[in-house]
Amino acid sequence: MPSEDLSIISQMKSLDPTPIRVLLFGRYAELLGADHLTVPVPVSGTVEGVVDLVRQLPGGQGLPDRPLAAIDLVQVPLNASVRAGVEVALLPPMAGG
Amino acid sequence: MGVLTRAPIDVAGLTKSVEASGRGAITSFLGVVRNHHCGREVTRLEYSAYAPMAEAECERILAETSSRWPVSVALQHRLGPMAIGEVSVAIAVAGNHRDEAFVACRYVIEELKRRVPIWKREYFADGTEGWVDPTACDGVVLAKVGEVTNEGSASR
Repeated sequence: MPSEDLSIISQMKSLDPTPIRVLLFGRYAELLGADHLTVPVPVSGTVEGVVDLVRQLPGGQGLPDRPLAAIDLVQVPLNASVRAGVEVALLPPMAGG
Repeated sequence: MGVLTRAPIDVAGLTKSVEASGRGAITSFLGVVRNHHCGREVTRLEYSAYAPMAEAECERILAETSSRWPVSVALQHRLGPMAIGEVSVAIAVAGNHRDEAFVACRYVIEELKRRVPIWKREYFADGTEGWVDPTACDGVVLAKVGEVTNEGSASR
């Protein structure tokens, strides 16, 4: 097979959805009945896309449209990109102190 | 000394940790579990956290504080079940003078409440319980009576 074809196959594989691990806490964990789950996020997906996928799961409709979110322990805006290997956390309103 | 703890906070020890011979002013803030919320009687509560992020965010706040003011600062926050009257959070700040000690202490508690992923579930005298939501109109989202707290998220 010519090397160009291999390159195309490689690119097509890169378009496969990426499984992203999502952590849930507090009320959100209770709504979804789990404290973590995995969703298939399209390449060049965003946190907002992750939220949309989670909201489609049973119990997910109870999530707000725009929850607080973090990637790898740092709070991020919903338009932040997600890539393979990152851990997305959806954070209920904080109530420490 | 870790920032998050399930044991009672040693307030005297926390204060001692910021003392230095050049520090002429020490301020502290203690958050205490109260027995009411929005006119309802609270009997106990439970704190949970996204622990790795909470620890990291607290460390960032402490570093910011030390870089903005000439102070030494320490912080501890409880997790797990708590009784009325217990200290849930303690902050100690030592500065050369009182101005920076007061303002830095205020900065730490305000940033903690805004940025650190810690959650509080209140248990009421009428048998109901709910997650505290500072953004909700009455400050709490009620769960069904007897609904089990998600221990998985609490212990992470």
